Amino acid sequence: MKIVVCIKQVPDAKNVRIDPNTHTLVRQGVESIINPFDLFAVEAALRLKDRHGAHVTAVTMGPPQAEEALRDVLGRGVDDAVLLSDRAFAGADTWATATALAAAIRKIGDVSLIFCGKQAIDGDTAQVGPELATILDIPYATFVKELDLDGPDHLKVVRRTDEGTEIWRLPMPALITVLREVGDPRVPSLKHKMRAKKASIPVWGIRDVGLEEDRVGLSGSYTQVVRVFSPPRRSDRVMLQGSVEEQVEQLYRYLKEAKVPGL
Amino acid sequence: MKALIDPQKCTVCGVCEDVCPVGAISVSETAAVVSDDCTLCGMCVDTCEFGAISLPEVGTGPKDDLSAYRGIWVFAEWRQGAIHRVSFELLSAARKLADKKGVPCAAVLLGSDLDGVAPSLLEYGADTVYVIDHPNLAAFTDEAYADSLVALVREKKPEILLAGATTMGRSFIPRVAALLQTGLTADCTDLDISEDGLLLQTRPAFGGNVMATIICPNSRPQMATVRPRVMRPEKDARNGRIEKVDLPEEVFRSRVEVLEVIPEEDTTARLSEAEVIISGGRGLQKAENFRLVEELAQLMKGAVGASRSAVEEGWAPPSHQVGQTGQTVAPTLYMAVGISGAIQHIVGMQGSKVIVAVNKDPEAPIFDVASCGVVADLFEFIPAFIQRLKKEG
Repeated sequence: MKIVVCIKQVPDAKNVRIDPNTHTLVRQGVESIINPFDLFAVEAALRLKDRHGAHVTAVTMGPPQAEEALRDVLGRGVDDAVLLSDRAFAGADTWATATALAAAIRKIGDVSLIFCGKQAIDGDTAQVGPELATILDIPYATFVKELDLDGPDHLKVVRRTDEGTEIWRLPMPALITVLREVGDPRVPSLKHKMRAKKASIPVWGIRDVGLEEDRVGLSGSYTQVVRVFSPPRRSDRVMLQGSVEEQVEQLYRYLKEAKVPGL
Repeated sequence: MKALIDPQKCTVCGVCEDVCPVGAISVSETAAVVSDDCTLCGMCVDTCEFGAISLPEVGTGPKDDLSAYRGIWVFAEWRQGAIHRVSFELLSAARKLADKKGVPCAAVLLGSDLDGVAPSLLEYGADTVYVIDHPNLAAFTDEAYADSLVALVREKKPEILLAGATTMGRSFIPRVAALLQTGLTADCTDLDISEDGLLLQTRPAFGGNVMATIICPNSRPQMATVRPRVMRPEKDARNGRIEKVDLPEEVFRSRVEVLEVIPEEDTTARLSEAEVIISGGRGLQKAENFRLVEELAQLMKGAVGASRSAVEEGWAPPSHQVGQTGQTVAPTLYMAVGISGAIQHIVGMQGSKVIVAVNKDPEAPIFDVASCGVVADLFEFIPAFIQRLKKEG
């Protein structure tokens, strides 16, 4: 069984902050991390591999330095990796990203299962997984917290929704987006780290996956960012004063005035 | 492609250099220079007070005749008998946008055995309620919901399609956008119409540390999911009509089989639906003390949240975690008890309307995002506050 895990390198949340005094954006560094939900996706794939045997390939689309992210997950036990990297991919919205990933997954070929994290922590859109499954014309399940094979070519998953949980059965090939409940990511092992260091990671550009410039990156995108700005700051903060009894009374009145429900 | 600098306007002030999260901007003697590391995130554009930075335009021009699309639609989320509140919120917002543009406003209701459900949508400003009633829509599946909605969109051609950013909307609406080959903006908190008639979709990014305004210039419909509890539902009946829609049987098929739907009975566990969330963190010191948070939540008919450290200590199950690797919540009241406010936590709750922080350390970063700060020992304050609430009730 071939499994693909899609991962993304994202700026660390610490990098993007608002200066509390000037209210402008300040960068605190340029370090990148692997999107935390994608590490859960890697873990879900590796657990399935541990139980049933599988070949796990990690795919990322990004600048050349995104290779670091791929070496990291190779160190955790992923079998091999592909880097989609080309200047033409830059500026992709979720649609253009899904288009590129779909082309790469078609090239890998014969993939039974695709794992993605619930969402990335920079964009928080949760769109690439469902869009990717739709382009590949395969069924998908989002917000999955538990999963296992159910017979040779089906998957049983437990999803968490706003109202509770749902148990679904999907035919493979399928795509799954996962929550943290699938399991904490394992740490890289020495053995796999040695292998990861030496592994050769193919870099695929747009021609390698059979795409043209007008279908990827900014040219292949439907959505355009027109403005990015600091959120309006809370100017209404009150700090309560006095004894505990006085603070209790003040908070009670504060919440009443704010018409907070539940009082 | 990368951000564009107008050397005529650039004053070499260097502000953009400090803002770029990937370090792609450097300032030469004459103008800012953007390197190939640029990811076109747009963070620099608004920080330039001289208007010297812009982003290149998306796409390769309009896909087809955009003027053939007219009207604003809201997907009405139906869950076993009731319409979700977010649908009324969106309908009220859509009504205002429609009036601004001078176009009709419609709701699309999907489900099974829908007799008597549609009229409530007319009360919130819909000119038309399209009803797609089919037994295969009784339980939610991405394929049947998306494919039937897509069939109706293709027939009627609305210019804008909105849905709630619930687990349902965030799951199947991306399929709708992908099938229609159009743009989608997730989790918006503000919508407006631009001077040239485009939908301006504003949403938080980077966990709410920045806001981005996004347009969809070349394809239709312009699609967005909108965060619940941001817009206000307002009754505004307009003599609208209800239209039952017949669609070909194949759009109701799903490859997914729904085996079981288990509603969460414990309301303190339903974080994304809650209007009040009481969250506990490391300051509670041990598992037994978490009961304080639970008791307060029950008293206020709210849900129980937890910081990552409280979950890691085993004081609360992972499904209660609020923050970067847990859930993003935006209730009317978020009360953080004994939570210091690491950035991973803040990004998951800073969209809440009223934030109360209870912490004994006055320097705790949670106070930076609080609307009301209580510097106190939580073991004295919370029991006293519980007593106060009981006294009233």
